[in-house]
Amino acid sequence: MIRLTTPITEAQVRQLKVGDEVLLNGRIVLSRDMGHKYMKEQKPEWLKPILENMVIYHCGPVVKKHEDGHWSFVAAGPTTSIREEPYQAEVIETYKVRGVIGKGGMGKKTSEGLQKTGAVYLHATGGAGSLLAERVKRVVDVKMLEEFGSPEAFWIVEVEDFPLVVTMDSHGGSLHEIVLAESQARAKVLMA
Amino acid sequence: MSECVIPTLTSNEVVESKSVLPEGWKADLSNLKAVDLTLPTLELLRRSTSRLPQDVIDALVKGRDAEEAGSRAFNTLNDMVRNILLADGHVTPLCQDTGTLVFWVRHPFGLSQRTAKQQVRAAVAEATKRSWLRPNCVEALSGKNPGNNMDPFHEGHPIVHFEEWERPEIEIAIMQKGGGCENVGAQYRLPDAAIGAGRDLKGVRKCIIDAVVKAQGQGCSPGILGVAIGGDRVTSYEKSKEVILRKLGTPNPVPAMDAFEKEMTRDLNTLGVGPMGYGGNTTVLGVLVEEMYRHPASFFVSISYMCWSSRRRVMTIGTRGTVSFD
Repeated sequence: MIRLTTPITEAQVRQLKVGDEVLLNGRIVLSRDMGHKYMKEQKPEWLKPILENMVIYHCGPVVKKHEDGHWSFVAAGPTTSIREEPYQAEVIETYKVRGVIGKGGMGKKTSEGLQKTGAVYLHATGGAGSLLAERVKRVVDVKMLEEFGSPEAFWIVEVEDFPLVVTMDSHGGSLHEIVLAESQARAKVLMA
Repeated sequence: MSECVIPTLTSNEVVESKSVLPEGWKADLSNLKAVDLTLPTLELLRRSTSRLPQDVIDALVKGRDAEEAGSRAFNTLNDMVRNILLADGHVTPLCQDTGTLVFWVRHPFGLSQRTAKQQVRAAVAEATKRSWLRPNCVEALSGKNPGNNMDPFHEGHPIVHFEEWERPEIEIAIMQKGGGCENVGAQYRLPDAAIGAGRDLKGVRKCIIDAVVKAQGQGCSPGILGVAIGGDRVTSYEKSKEVILRKLGTPNPVPAMDAFEKEMTRDLNTLGVGPMGYGGNTTVLGVLVEEMYRHPASFFVSISYMCWSSRRRVMTIGTRGTVSFD
């Protein structure tokens, strides 16, 4: 088990390999479909200091606003990452992002982006909304809430021992590619 | 996180004590015009969003215990069980994607569907306010979120199917269908040359295998597959969803289909996709199939993929007016 705390350096990321189990600590930034389209098309400057050497989490949480105005996370598991495939590599490069958390894995373009910039794809257990929300200790800030709505906004949160597995590393390794190839081979046999 | 979690949910007494229905709540089914379904539907939502059906939990535990202890597949299934217990204990959503809400309302003659729909919508809005549901309904092109799970045109969301039946009870079934798993559903038109599927059960088998391999872990495996053979494009897809309401482990009433379901479950679990696509022996928890009639020219096979967090509940308001949940 590897403990990592954000911000993360390129050197730290380059050491991670497919299959490594990671407990992530510190600040992370939530973003999904609308955020990624926005980052690729408009490249907002204001996000640069927020994202540099940080980790993006593909997640649209269930949130609760308390009477004193502060927010907490009620359920916060990962959403399917492949929808961000057209945007991810460019977002990683533009903002020097060191990690992307999601589920289901991503494609070739993202893998190339991870290798070029020095970043990893970290897999969280899909559907584990309650379990993962417990590891979100504090909502620090939220950006673009009005414009995007709560599932799509940039939530900036602090996590503690957030459980993850490296499934795509910065050296071109991908667990998703291996499982896909093996299951396709088996399917051929079953379909014969 | 590999310590083996024992899957014990909170007791029925605890669930009852947290109910939004006042003790002794009753509906007067002799006066259907006055029946208000809002509160019981809110309670239905509370239970479906936070408490996974026992048959699904049993299947997940069976899958976990068939994986090698300490493997990634084992740990992942164990985390799923852990999550189920947390959501149940806290009465919080099992998953942040509380899904597209699909209701099936069956009722005796005399109930106003228009009024019932308003009551179901009111319950959904209230459940959203209580953070039991994420605001999951957005305008298609702009992505604009009204924040209350309401499609203002009363069409898209929540989805409410009505059926009048001959029985005196009112039954409301709900399914919370996540977006990730909805996206990996598929419809095939046989014959399908690309996968070599003809117009027979062997062809159906190829469609199912193809869909599961394409889905990999993206629908949050281990999934539950609803399969409809026949119908038109719409009824076929609709049926493929409805069959997921059947409890896992309940035999298909058609013996040949029952055998097919078991064979498919066994074979799909040799694909090696595993929980969340990490690899492993648990790729699906079950396959549920129903055959329909079709136009002679059309042969559709529709597959709805349900994630492991298969949130469904059935509420019945019996002839005495009392509510029960299953």
